[in-house]
Amino acid sequence: MSIYTAPLQDMQFVIKDLVGLADITAMPDCAEVTEDLVDAVLLEAGKFAAGVLDPLNRAGDKEGAKLADSKVTSSPGFKAAYRQFVAAGWNGLSGERDFGGQSLPHVVSMPVQEMWSSANMAFCLCPMLTSGVLEALKLQGSPQQKAKYLHKLTAGEWTGTMNLTEPQAGSDLSAVRTRAVPEGEHYRLHGTKIFITWGEHDMVDNIIHLVLARTPDAPAGVKGISLFIVPKFLVNDDGSLGERNEVKCVSIEHKMGINASPTCVLAYGDGKGATGYLVGEENRGLEYMFIMMNQARLGVGLEGVALAERAYQHARDYAKTRVQGRAIGQKSGDRVTIIHHPDVKRMLLLMKAQTEAMRALAYTASAALDKANHHPDDKERRKNQALVDFLIPVVKGWCTEQCVEVASIGVQIHGGMGFIEETGAAQYLRDARITTIYEGTTGIQAADLVGRKVGYEKGATAFAIIDSMRKLDSGIVAANNEQTRVARENFQQAVEGLAVATQWVVDNFPKDPNAVAAVSVPFLNLWGIVAGGWLMARAAMIANGKLTGGGDLNFYHSKIITARFYAEHILPQSAGLVRTVTDGSSSVLALTEAQF
Amino acid sequence: MKVLVAIKRVVDPNIKVRVKADGTGVETANVKMAMNPFCEIAVEQAVRMKEAGTVTEIVVVSIGVPQCQETLRTALAMGADRAILVEVATEVQPLAVAKLLKALVDREQPGLVLMGKQAIDDDCNQSGQMLAGLLGWPQATFISKIVVAGDHADITREVDGGLENITVKMPAVVTADLRLNEPRYVTLPNIMKSKKKPLENIKPDALGVDVTPRLTTLKFEEPPKRGAGVKLADVAELVNKLKNEAKVI
Repeated sequence: MSIYTAPLQDMQFVIKDLVGLADITAMPDCAEVTEDLVDAVLLEAGKFAAGVLDPLNRAGDKEGAKLADSKVTSSPGFKAAYRQFVAAGWNGLSGERDFGGQSLPHVVSMPVQEMWSSANMAFCLCPMLTSGVLEALKLQGSPQQKAKYLHKLTAGEWTGTMNLTEPQAGSDLSAVRTRAVPEGEHYRLHGTKIFITWGEHDMVDNIIHLVLARTPDAPAGVKGISLFIVPKFLVNDDGSLGERNEVKCVSIEHKMGINASPTCVLAYGDGKGATGYLVGEENRGLEYMFIMMNQARLGVGLEGVALAERAYQHARDYAKTRVQGRAIGQKSGDRVTIIHHPDVKRMLLLMKAQTEAMRALAYTASAALDKANHHPDDKERRKNQALVDFLIPVVKGWCTEQCVEVASIGVQIHGGMGFIEETGAAQYLRDARITTIYEGTTGIQAADLVGRKVGYEKGATAFAIIDSMRKLDSGIVAANNEQTRVARENFQQAVEGLAVATQWVVDNFPKDPNAVAAVSVPFLNLWGIVAGGWLMARAAMIANGKLTGGGDLNFYHSKIITARFYAEHILPQSAGLVRTVTDGSSSVLALTEAQF
Repeated sequence: MKVLVAIKRVVDPNIKVRVKADGTGVETANVKMAMNPFCEIAVEQAVRMKEAGTVTEIVVVSIGVPQCQETLRTALAMGADRAILVEVATEVQPLAVAKLLKALVDREQPGLVLMGKQAIDDDCNQSGQMLAGLLGWPQATFISKIVVAGDHADITREVDGGLENITVKMPAVVTADLRLNEPRYVTLPNIMKSKKKPLENIKPDALGVDVTPRLTTLKFEEPPKRGAGVKLADVAELVNKLKNEAKVI
């Protein structure tokens, strides 16, 4: 079993040198965030992740959460760890200061969240859902609702859930049937919600559910869905807990992974109905949900980074200790650890390069989100909002798809031992598998990308990003050297291919949306691969500029080599994807249903 | 009661150390550093004593390069009230450490000095003892328990044969062993607060101490690489090998 070590050096490199922490701290809202504060936060979060959360991960997978008499008991050690997490104040990392949080920007909270997910993804989902509820209430809650719920949710003393899915309403939420009937100041809810992450558990005294439901006269479809707060225990005006609400966990799912995270079926109203309070206005629920969904999607993309990192560390440690065979060309002498075999090295580099590129992209999106929220210049805010909106489906879709691949390579490096649960490599693959599905499948992300993010705006943001990618060389010192040549040149070819494919989507979206939909996922992956290549090339050039300084030369050298590996082993896939996008839709559409 | 806690910045205990190629020392450039684990236990003890009401103020001191400020900030985040860095760029040997700490004790007048029993880098295990000698104070080393009661402290020490209970008069110098406590995880609000706590930076000259090393290190070298083991047939063969090959019995 490997022990998780937070990749502080790469995180700090990405935040400070690649993304530009200085741009964030220069904004008046973030003036308190100094570089040494960021270092201290990351260091201590890394200790907590490695010391408290990581050791529970395996037992959580084996034992899982248990349901008895409508009550869920969390996996062994989780309750104590959660209490410790809350007592240490980590839940309030990015929460608003008015409600007891620390208001730290995303560029700080994302690496911390990555650490939680790497160490124990099932655990991390609980605070992640709470932060989604916080976000929704912060934006749409009434002052009374904020006063009642936000302090406790920010501290993590209560947790939150998002209740969207019903058996007949999965990716298509227009089919939601849960009913909400007004009764004086509140509503009465009846219905069943499924797939509710941490929907019921024993780690805290109260759970605040956000529930999508229809009021009696609501129009059909997505425009008739409202959002309600349904607390597990009603909260009295003095903040104390009152009556137990009519919401009951009737079962928890048996899953492929994240076993320690109880995925609940919640039944609302088995008598007079569960008491719910309307958030914002009636019929605007889905719109509100999407506000927080954006951030949640970024969070899931980050889970992809986190699990890829964890799987990489696990495989790397194994490859450095497992002795098997002699080095190629050696007929006698000592047997070597498998990291000496070139194909194992290649697999490890694939994991490492992919993970670093994904981290760079996810953190770039988080910095854009900070600028969109806090930049004093309105134009910059809008520009960065467009950037983050564009990147979110790419981060979510690409990082999670690649994370499954990376975790699978992790199993491969272990050989037969990887297929056996004891080594722990399989858990990362099983846990990773949900990330391409929840918060919108990869197909949904791709539909968002080709539609709202590219098609409807005729590629305006996409081509603005492509233009800034093309300007790769400007502004970076000492770029023109042999060591970074491959990373730069292969990238420059790839970005032109990306432009061709993007133009194809822009041209075909209005006239043949089916053709565009048929190749939307390859298009999303193309964007991920090329954006990753862009950031890796930049990282190589920055690292190259630092070779003459006094820093850790070993780190910079390895960054340059990793970027070159990315350019040689991953980036060339983009050329094939360009062809798939421009030529590949007709075969998809040609085969009839009967021919399957 | 005011307590002075001395802490040292060392190579992170999870890192495998390497000897420099020229044999002049251990490689510390670009190596992850951390607070010496025994010092962390000393800080934790001081914070627990403050939480229990025995201690009113915790002053942490570190001696070394400017980056020791990070280590001091960690101690502040754990719950210390203020920090002093005695900035020295060169090697500081235990006697110099003890002299610097004595000068600070004279200035700060604490009722107790808490230290780690030794640092995991040079493993000297001397500074606490020397400081007690210079001050003419009682010393209690390798402690696993301390209860302060008025003008004395009841202490449990870890010794080879087991545990030793002693009583020392206060003020005293006390050095922490591993089982004294388990240091806490730092909380996020305390990390934020630690940035605003006072940190004083002084030079050895200001304390009137000459830190010139008195000992010369001849050479550092890695321990010899362990060879492969062999399977022995029976005890007789083992005894034979211990006698004639290893020559240890």
